[in-house]
Amino acid sequence: MKKPFAITLDPGSSLANHTGSWRTERPVYVDRLPPCNHACPAGEDIQGWLYHAEGGEYRKAWESLMKNNPFPAIMGRVCYHPCEGACNRGKLDESVGIHAVERFLGDEAIRRRWLPEVTAEPSGRHVLVVGSGPSGLSCAYHLRLMGHQVVIMEAESRAGGMMRYGIPQYRLPRDVLDAEISRIASMGVEIRLNAKVADIMDVIEGYDAAFLAVGAHIAKRAYIPAGDASRIIDAVSLLHGMEENSATLLGKRVVVYGGGNTAIDAARTAKRLGAEEPLIVYRRTRERMPAHESELQEAIEEGIRFKWLSTVKRMEEGSITVEKMILDDAGFPQPTGEFETIGADSLVLALGQESELDLLKSVPDIETANGSVKVDSSMMTNHPGIFAGGDMVPSEKTVTAGIGHGKKAARNIDAWLRNEKFSPPEKHEIASFDMLNTWYYSDAPKIRQKALDLARRQSTFEEVIHGLSEENALFEARRCLSCGNCFECDNCYGVCPDNAVIKLGPGSRFRFNYDFCKGCGLCAAECPCGAIQMVPESI
Amino acid sequence: MSLQPVKFYQTGTFTVGNRLLDESLRTVQANMQRTNSLNSGHRACQGCGEALGARYAIDAAMRATKNRVIATNATGCLEVFSTPYPETSWQIPWMHSVFGNAASVATGIAAALKVKKKSDVRVIAQGGDGGTTDIGFACLSGMFERNDDVLYLCYDNEAYMNTGVQRSSATPPGARTATTPAVGIHPGNAFGTGKNLPLIAMAHQIPYVATASVANLHDLEAKVEKAMGICGARYIHIYVPCPLGWGSSPSDTIKVARLAVETGLFPLFEAEHGEIVSRIPIRNKVPVEEYLKLQKRFAHLFGEDRSAIAMIQEIADRNIRKFGLEEA
Ligand SMILES: Cc1cc2nc3c(=O)[nH]c(=O)nc-3n(C[C@H](O)[C@H](O)[C@H](O)COP(=O)(O)OP(=O)(O)OC[C@H]3O[C@@H](n4cnc5c(N)ncnc54)[C@H](O)[C@@H]3O)c2cc1C
Ligand SMILES: Cc1ncc(C[n+]2csc(CCOP(=O)(O)OP(=O)(O)O)c2C)c(N)n1
Ligand code: SF4
Ligand code: SF4
Ligand code: SF4
Ligand SMILES: [Mg+2]
Repeated sequence: MKKPFAITLDPGSSLANHTGSWRTERPVYVDRLPPCNHACPAGEDIQGWLYHAEGGEYRKAWESLMKNNPFPAIMGRVCYHPCEGACNRGKLDESVGIHAVERFLGDEAIRRRWLPEVTAEPSGRHVLVVGSGPSGLSCAYHLRLMGHQVVIMEAESRAGGMMRYGIPQYRLPRDVLDAEISRIASMGVEIRLNAKVADIMDVIEGYDAAFLAVGAHIAKRAYIPAGDASRIIDAVSLLHGMEENSATLLGKRVVVYGGGNTAIDAARTAKRLGAEEPLIVYRRTRERMPAHESELQEAIEEGIRFKWLSTVKRMEEGSITVEKMILDDAGFPQPTGEFETIGADSLVLALGQESELDLLKSVPDIETANGSVKVDSSMMTNHPGIFAGGDMVPSEKTVTAGIGHGKKAARNIDAWLRNEKFSPPEKHEIASFDMLNTWYYSDAPKIRQKALDLARRQSTFEEVIHGLSEENALFEARRCLSCGNCFECDNCYGVCPDNAVIKLGPGSRFRFNYDFCKGCGLCAAECPCGAIQMVPESI
Repeated sequence: MSLQPVKFYQTGTFTVGNRLLDESLRTVQANMQRTNSLNSGHRACQGCGEALGARYAIDAAMRATKNRVIATNATGCLEVFSTPYPETSWQIPWMHSVFGNAASVATGIAAALKVKKKSDVRVIAQGGDGGTTDIGFACLSGMFERNDDVLYLCYDNEAYMNTGVQRSSATPPGARTATTPAVGIHPGNAFGTGKNLPLIAMAHQIPYVATASVANLHDLEAKVEKAMGICGARYIHIYVPCPLGWGSSPSDTIKVARLAVETGLFPLFEAEHGEIVSRIPIRNKVPVEEYLKLQKRFAHLFGEDRSAIAMIQEIADRNIRKFGLEEA
């Protein structure tokens, strides 16, 4: 090319100038651990399944959820959702209604008859599970997904454990429970009913490993002097009876003694059976009550009354005597010597439960303490090959924790069967609120689930809390901030002054072009969800 | 603003794109096929707001005109960092002018295109605040007054950055520059000086005047697109933080721009034929300290005597009243 006067070079593109050499820090895409996931006792990847739900891909969302938890419809109803307590959106306006979306997905799956697929090759290994509560079922489900043959032995005539014989129908309708349990049976898990295991050593023959999850069913008692005609029963029997269609006669004036969720369920059940205004007596204060706030609220709405700082001293025919307590500096209730008589036709004790561990009598090497079985970090007891979980091991005693134990035990059993040790993947750094750029999220108040009208709540066992419509579930899912995980908002791609972010297309996220990235950090600063980290260059 | 509100997406319309948004509601910058009119390899500082603003604006203009754009450029950082001969980062027909005459050169190109009956090719003139509000002002006012068919884009980084941060008539009061040092009883740029070019442009009654910011991409693109659909003289004044001249962190460029809007110091509005027709309301009002404290050019205001900050707050409050920035 003939060049003009004084010009010696051909014009060229600036692409020859690799400005990446200026960089002292480089951005990298990361997946951080959302606080919801971190808080879920069942180890759900909540952000992961919400991501699919946000796009209206409910089947995918459900499948993703089912990787960790076989009971979304149940969990969406009865889990105390610690995830929501940890949710970053709670610091912005209100936490994401994770349980409500989870329930929606679970109900969709039941309605549309979605089934999990067992794709693993049969392993030829057999595992025995004792107890068909959430923990046993969860373990069986995960073992089955890994290709093992599983038999569950269950003492009762129906499966479900405390989900059936404890949690009342108005919180967990039985068709929902049945649907999610039968799904596990349909995967090839054999559930033997009316098969109480009296001695584990009598039945373990022929199995390569066992998982025990017998729960805690024996009601703890307190010594309460009572006349012959007084009616004292325990909450576990009351609730169990409801399932056997043998509702206990309680009378009009019912007092429930205890402060946990079982006490609340007993009182709400009594109300539905015709008790006028059931009274819950608890020895400490409302703030110290172990029952969850939402259940307390629902009980109060239904007309349950409370008497705090009181212990039951005795029962006579038609009344109980309570003593007033005060809390000492350490928060323990201390007697005051002041007594009061309250009219009562029956007294329901809800003072906690213990495990029945008779089945371990021939395995003395299994260590127990305070009525629970000791397990190591792999959920294995001291006896090689016998694992345990759920309410019978020291834990928070919830359905969710039980499900988590079941999954963890299954993974460890699977490894153990191969003479290996299961090592959980390394946990990512938590995506804390200060890593987010919340400017980008639009204001969106939480959707409230509707409730059954009060009259029906007080007289029937219909489900109290309603599910979300599709539209509301979608809205709620989209309130998720996607903490720590790219949701393809294109911000990094847009804000780079050097076009050093390459967009790879829908679902494929982005890549940095380090030839031109100067390391300004704008992408990391403007990523709404904290999915970009700046790391020093080694110079 | 002509955008449709999308209420219940995680990120509303604030992010660049969003996989859940309808294609038509995403920005040009979200598109995999955006032109990258100002390409990689340019020599702007890390986090340069001007490089970002220029790509945002010209890419939007390219899309609006189906890639039929010719641009002229006044001397300034944008020209120097993009086109050190023989390299250029521009991927559009682009013409160098001198410091003060970008508007006139653009007028000439527009006249030539008219003669050649190429009405689909549109002309853009661009320059820094110095080249626009000071040395190029006479040419620009003439271009306005004749209603020449040119869109003029001013990238306002509030000083002469390319030559070492000297004061311009767009430098805000209180700011330290090389020529308004932080010394004496009234340190930094004097209060009561300077000019507001968008308002002066409006006084020419031209068809379209707007302000925009790199912190609000959807709005910026909508304004450029609208401007490209109008014939005659148009002016968009784009707020582009300069980490080097302002002493702000390169990673804070968009944050600083956002705070300028949220404090009320840089109102976002549109005017047609001299009349304001729309404004972007402030989302969460923020005191000016939040904005000032991120920039070393204002560091001297944070001594014992905070009266200058109060005066800057008054400016922000006056803007909010005057432009109605708190009304939805
Ligand atoms: C009234 C009530 C309400 C509750 N509400 C909630 C709630 O809302 N949310 C929540 O998260 N948690 C709740 N819980 C706690 C929750 O139900 C338990 O933590 C959970 O069910 C424990 O699961 P698991 O599998 O360990 O045992 P379980 O659910 O108790 O199941 C154990 C199973 O093992 C069987 N079994 C026992 N011994 C043998 C044997 N020897 N041979 C064969 N089978 C045997 C039992 O029949 C039973 O089916 C509630 C508990 C109660 C009592
Ligand atoms: C007539 C003339 N005077 C002075 C200069 C030197 N000069 C080049 S760029 C510039 C400053 C540009 O400032 P501005 O227009 O605000 O653009 P910025 O670099 O800040 O983006 C100056 C003074 C020149 N090129 N021509
Ligand atoms: S906003 Fe979403 S990802 Fe973040 S904690 Fe809440 S549910 Fe989890
Ligand atoms: S800025 Fe948006 S697109 Fe980029 S990593 Fe973060 S979430 Fe993903
Ligand atoms: S001095 Fe300012 S305007 Fe110029 S390239 Fe650097 S950051 Fe950009
Ligand atoms: Mg300038």
